Amino acid sequence: MASIQEFEKVLDKSDTAVASFEDRSTLRRVQHFLHSTPAAVPAIVLVLSIIVFGVLKGERFFSANTLTLILQQIAVVGILGAAQTLVILTAGIDLSIGVIMVISAVAMGNFAVTYGLPSPIAIGMGLGVGAACGLLNGLLVAKLKLPPFIVTLGTWYIVMATNFIYSANETIRRADIETAAPFLGFFGQSFKIGSAVFTFGVIAMVLLVLVLWYALNHTAWGRHLYAVGDDPEAAKLSGIRVDRVLIGTYALAGLIAAIAAWVSIGRNGSISPSWAVTDYNLQAITAAVIGGISLFGGRGSILGTLIGAMIVGVVSMGLNMMGADPQWKVFLTGVLIITAVAIDQWIRKVAG
Amino acid sequence: MEPILTARGLVKRYGRVTALDNADFDLYPGEILAVIGDNGAGKSSLIKAISGAIRPDEGEIRLEGKPVSFSSPMEAREAGIETVYQNLALSPALSIADNMFLGREIRRSGPLGQFFRMLDRPKMEKIAREKLSELGLMTIQNINQAVETLSGGQRQGVAVARAAAFGSKLVIMDEPTAALGVKESRKVLELILDVRRRGLPIVLISHNMPHVFEVADRIHIHRLGKRLCVINPKDYTMSDAVAFMTGAKVPPEAMAAA
Repeated sequence: MASIQEFEKVLDKSDTAVASFEDRSTLRRVQHFLHSTPAAVPAIVLVLSIIVFGVLKGERFFSANTLTLILQQIAVVGILGAAQTLVILTAGIDLSIGVIMVISAVAMGNFAVTYGLPSPIAIGMGLGVGAACGLLNGLLVAKLKLPPFIVTLGTWYIVMATNFIYSANETIRRADIETAAPFLGFFGQSFKIGSAVFTFGVIAMVLLVLVLWYALNHTAWGRHLYAVGDDPEAAKLSGIRVDRVLIGTYALAGLIAAIAAWVSIGRNGSISPSWAVTDYNLQAITAAVIGGISLFGGRGSILGTLIGAMIVGVVSMGLNMMGADPQWKVFLTGVLIITAVAIDQWIRKVAG
Repeated sequence: MEPILTARGLVKRYGRVTALDNADFDLYPGEILAVIGDNGAGKSSLIKAISGAIRPDEGEIRLEGKPVSFSSPMEAREAGIETVYQNLALSPALSIADNMFLGREIRRSGPLGQFFRMLDRPKMEKIAREKLSELGLMTIQNINQAVETLSGGQRQGVAVARAAAFGSKLVIMDEPTAALGVKESRKVLELILDVRRRGLPIVLISHNMPHVFEVADRIHIHRLGKRLCVINPKDYTMSDAVAFMTGAKVPPEAMAAA
């Protein structure tokens, strides 16, 4: 035992409970629970909004048919949100995710219909286009150390323009896809359980999120992704190859965006380059943020993103059935985003 | 006794600044060697060279007699040199167990680990708990709580436990008490002595003279990019040490060679 310094001798009589935890108030307990269970808040909000619209619209809203229709409507945004979540967890953001999806869809359609390649090859090419766009983002972020916001703002415009130039803004019609490459519409097919209708697109979204959840929580890759977003310097000193994690994450996000492209072909039937003007990127960010993914990185559960997408879906369906002006959905989405971020900040204070 | 780690003639230049100017260094088995020096004396560069964070321009480092050359902290870690950084290098949102195994996770055996790359959480948690208990840190109740919910001293404890658990040759500690209060500093000093008791030599970088004189077996005084002298804290006072490191007093000739 070390000889104690003179000024420390008085410590003998002091409170020795250095490391114990003080009793917490109920509020602190709640804060702690939410801190360790990041998907809890969105889950509660989802249940509440289903209850509210269920009470207001009764049977019609609360039917298996309506609820599964909501799932069909959010499949594409849910998958894009999953891709966005990976990037946000690394403390980045991907503004180009929506147009990557569109250019991948356009590539799949052109390879299959215009060039007449077999569908699986065309789909593979489309997935490759998505992954390549994501890889470009990753290289710029990790190697040139440019801020992700700027990199993906740039690639957003570049990919969008490439999409329009390459496709000459020509829509590939549903009839052409159905005759030349029906496999492109695979995810639009559905099956029924009672009055519940599930498309393969919905199944793909759920499976994808579950697989990513597993990878994020139960593999070293996932822990590294969180560590990089949490504190890149600490991650590096712990021996994590931060560059590789970042490049891999952006490339994977691009690949998932291309999967979303395939699902959206199934949902829409046709392929239109002008989808690029839709704010898919913002919808994906919205799903992640409402789902409790912290924009500062390293915090949140990907299950939250799925729930976040469902919340938006439930609110928009509910307001729709009540005959409200569609702008109220937009209005409420804004309120939800700000509330979600405010709650995130409050939960993060638990660290203090 | 043979030193476990030696460095001879280390030189590191940054542009026109020479941070290390033919610096020597010796660490013996089982000792706590404090490294002190004024700001800009080059002690950070010295420590970074040993821990693999920088590669010296000239000079030789030998670990147990064998020449080594690290191009990253990872390589130094693989050779058995662990560093507790001043900023701790912990990931605040991850759990204690995840942090202890960050960058060297254990996977499940069998197909779960091989094909699904599943982490062996129970095993990692068990080891983490054992390592913390060994150092008397089990006041930390839940091994799965996020590191950010811990106090400064507890975080330091986790970082030290991680280094002690994986460091097979030596542990470097950079300013371990700098950010801590009186009581928590005391805990950490006891931790350092615990680690030595378990046979691991420690390089301690600190500005806190009372702490240095309390725990160090020898004190390496760094000045103007090189080793000025090594003193025994029993033979000199804190003011002597400060006088040597600031150049107010010249150490006796004999000391300079030691």
